[in-house]
Amino acid sequence: MISLTIDNQPVEVEAGATVLEAARKLRIDIPTLCHDSRLKPHGACRLCIVEIAGMPKPVTSCTTPATEKMVVTTQSAHLNRLRKTTVELLLSDHPNDCMICIGSGDCKLQELAYRFNLRGSRFRGKMRAHDRIDENPFVQRDQNKCVLCGLCVRVCEEIQGVGAIGYANRGFESKITPPFEKELSCEFCGQCIAVCPTGALSGKLWVGYPRQQGLEKTETTCSYCGCGCNLTLHTYGKSIAKVTSRQDNHNRGWLCVKGRFGYEFVTSNERLTTPLIRRQKGGSLEPASWEEALDLVASRLLDIKSKHGPDAVGGLASARCTNEEGYLFQKMFRAGIGTNNVDHCARY
Amino acid sequence: MSRKITVNVCMGTGGIAAGGSTVMEAFRQEFAEVGVDNARVVEKCRLHKVGCRGFCARDVLVDIAIDDQSWTYQYVDEKMVKRLVAEHILDNKPVEQWLVGDDYHTFHDNQEKIILGVLGHIDPESIDEYIGIGGYKAAEKVLATMTPQDTIEEIKRSGLRGRGGAGFPTGLKWSFCAANQADRRYIICNADEGDPGAFMDRSVIEGNPHAVIEGMIIGAYAIGADTGYIYIRAEYPLAVQRLKIALAAAKERGFLGKGICGSSFDLDLKIKLGAGAFVCGEETALIASIEGERGMPRAKPPFPANKGLWGKPTIINNVETLANIPPIINRGAEWFTSIGSEKSKGTKVIALTGKIRNTGLIEIPMGMPLKKIIYDIGGGIEGDRLFKAVQTGGPSGGCIPQQHIDLPVDYEGLKSVGSMMGSGGMVVLDETDCMVNIAKFFLTFTQEESCGKCVPCRIGTKRLLEILTRITEGEGKPSDLDLLQELAEDVRDASLCGLGMSAPNPVLSTLKYFRHEYEAHIFQKKCPAKVCSKLLTFYIRPDHCVGCGACKKACAVKAISGELKQVHQVDQALCIKCGSCFDACKFNAVIKE
Repeated sequence: MISLTIDNQPVEVEAGATVLEAARKLRIDIPTLCHDSRLKPHGACRLCIVEIAGMPKPVTSCTTPATEKMVVTTQSAHLNRLRKTTVELLLSDHPNDCMICIGSGDCKLQELAYRFNLRGSRFRGKMRAHDRIDENPFVQRDQNKCVLCGLCVRVCEEIQGVGAIGYANRGFESKITPPFEKELSCEFCGQCIAVCPTGALSGKLWVGYPRQQGLEKTETTCSYCGCGCNLTLHTYGKSIAKVTSRQDNHNRGWLCVKGRFGYEFVTSNERLTTPLIRRQKGGSLEPASWEEALDLVASRLLDIKSKHGPDAVGGLASARCTNEEGYLFQKMFRAGIGTNNVDHCARY
Repeated sequence: MSRKITVNVCMGTGGIAAGGSTVMEAFRQEFAEVGVDNARVVEKCRLHKVGCRGFCARDVLVDIAIDDQSWTYQYVDEKMVKRLVAEHILDNKPVEQWLVGDDYHTFHDNQEKIILGVLGHIDPESIDEYIGIGGYKAAEKVLATMTPQDTIEEIKRSGLRGRGGAGFPTGLKWSFCAANQADRRYIICNADEGDPGAFMDRSVIEGNPHAVIEGMIIGAYAIGADTGYIYIRAEYPLAVQRLKIALAAAKERGFLGKGICGSSFDLDLKIKLGAGAFVCGEETALIASIEGERGMPRAKPPFPANKGLWGKPTIINNVETLANIPPIINRGAEWFTSIGSEKSKGTKVIALTGKIRNTGLIEIPMGMPLKKIIYDIGGGIEGDRLFKAVQTGGPSGGCIPQQHIDLPVDYEGLKSVGSMMGSGGMVVLDETDCMVNIAKFFLTFTQEESCGKCVPCRIGTKRLLEILTRITEGEGKPSDLDLLQELAEDVRDASLCGLGMSAPNPVLSTLKYFRHEYEAHIFQKKCPAKVCSKLLTFYIRPDHCVGCGACKKACAVKAISGELKQVHQVDQALCIKCGSCFDACKFNAVIKE
């Protein structure tokens, strides 16, 4: 363990922990914008700067490893001035349209402006005017609201292992973009949206719903696969406005394209809500109860088995099943029916 | 009669640009034509291509050495070759009128050349010539008689500090790297010289590449690295080519590869070409670039000496730093400490440019006063105009005014007045330079070269530049002075890497020493140096105008009217302040104010 002092309070952390982690352990609030504890530290937004005794200049607490007997100061007039200027610089190149921004209420920059009481910025000047390239079905990009925190690039690389986006150009003209500044062509997991601190990245399916007010939150589990990621459904009346996931879940807030965007089936008119049985050859499918449906399947299986032997039957399980369900499924086929003809869709 | 004749033609980039190759070819042809190879006249005549000798303003420079005597000619072109061969080489009568003057010798005599001394005297493409002047002796000595620890101690004792900018003690840096437990370590030579107007590293590699390689061998041995990279910009094709030749030759002679000089030490050196981003001279960005990533700096700590290339302990030294290593090993740390000032030992190579008579590459002992550099070596200000300031340390350095002209040039001295050593650029400014415009010029560069990663540098330098632009265009407000000062300080204190931390230096130093010029732009809407065109008014003095019509002809927007032989007038409403009339008038009748 490493012992250090932050704002006159002693704290112990594991070797390798950063100063920011140590401060958070003490529940000391240090503003951040480009930090996400699930990703590698980046040190770009310069808001988490702290003063460390013996170091000539403020350093970013998110990147600086805590060392033995380190003495850290997180609040001072100088630090406050630097943080404030940094936020002001960001605001000087940010559309002041929170009223109509999809990210409003869930925006770190908005919170920072509020925290530092910045109605406007002392710095006026050129603002970026990026063309909107917007043809994909899921991710809505507004580059002019991007603060270049790099979270989207890092999540895509580090968590998703895709690397669909990166940096282009230099200095003030820097931007995050897919290769050759074309439209996104990725698996559309939307992790980038989940980590974006502003309204630069949002879900296209969210448009038309309220942003915060009037939304109801329901915790549930994703039904798409055995991973069972935890979801938060944001509903408005009977409709799902958006799906997010909390960081303190077993899936750490990460979702795939299905869990994040594949929710339209919930309210679809074409959704099956009861089993269907074709009672007459050539007839149409008719609603049935679960008892009737299961009885039919059981009797037909036994029928086939007795006429043609157990190997005339085969089972294919869906990836929607959990491990336990998968186990029971093969048990039913091997022990119940007596065949090894059993497989799983994720295997081929 | 047998004479030993050597003709040295300057073939550095400056020499080649001035026509060095043509001159060299002309000498070859002339020798063939008059039969200089004929034994009757000449026993041995050699034509040499040599690296930079520093006085680029006088290129093409040619030395003709006959036996032990040597003469230097300046501004040589191919038409002069015939006469030089006929009179000097055949008749033994030097062509007096083309010889360099006294100032050429003053330029050189005040210098102390540890690094540049060899440049211009040996063929950089021949390893034998380097070995002939004692090359690779230091590497052999280290490998045969010194432990890595001894080597580090020797460099520590020499007081050598990094020549790339920050001036960190080299031996100490090596010891940090060596102290890490690691299965692999790397040494990198930073040859990504990006300051506009700086060409010392390029000249050293073009003129004496083996010195850098030898320095790397010693450094790698000291820290225990078996692989090294030379990160050099692709815009330096000649340097790259000579490095390649040198690396191949060193490998062939057993100075690189397995079991160097019969020891058990192995070293492989690779060249990595940079794509021209200024920020890649910053060590963590340079490492990212070698790793194949976008050249963006990473936060320090951890420092590269602990966690560098591919996460392994890595030493990054500048070209000039590495070229200092062999002389220190050969002549000893005590010799090195005898040169320079108290805290800055040895010499510094400086690219001297701007409004000065003798521009070029110079090498001075640390601590030499600015005045001596500017007036004795530099020959004073062009056209005997008034000295205003000297800007040191590249685009992120500061401007030093007249009042500090006696300042000793070393790391501490420059820092004490708000500037820095940087890589050693020195731009002399005179009364015709506007300091607000100069600050704007340097900010334009750093702003464009910002990598865009951190907020203060990405947006802050842009806003600084916008404020400066406003001021030079007469749109400055009184509140801009404080805003400029505060923002410059905040960018300096909050930026991630050296680029952003030092980019505000030109603003801060000019605000400190030349505040009155800012005030003139803002309050009187005047540019005292008459540079900022939007603040100028052009008009014609009736008593001087002869009505020649030259100004009228030169004016692209038809703002000047007047009959021939009558006094002309400028229509201020139409004038775009381009200055063409001012340049066209031969009677000093056009005035700008």
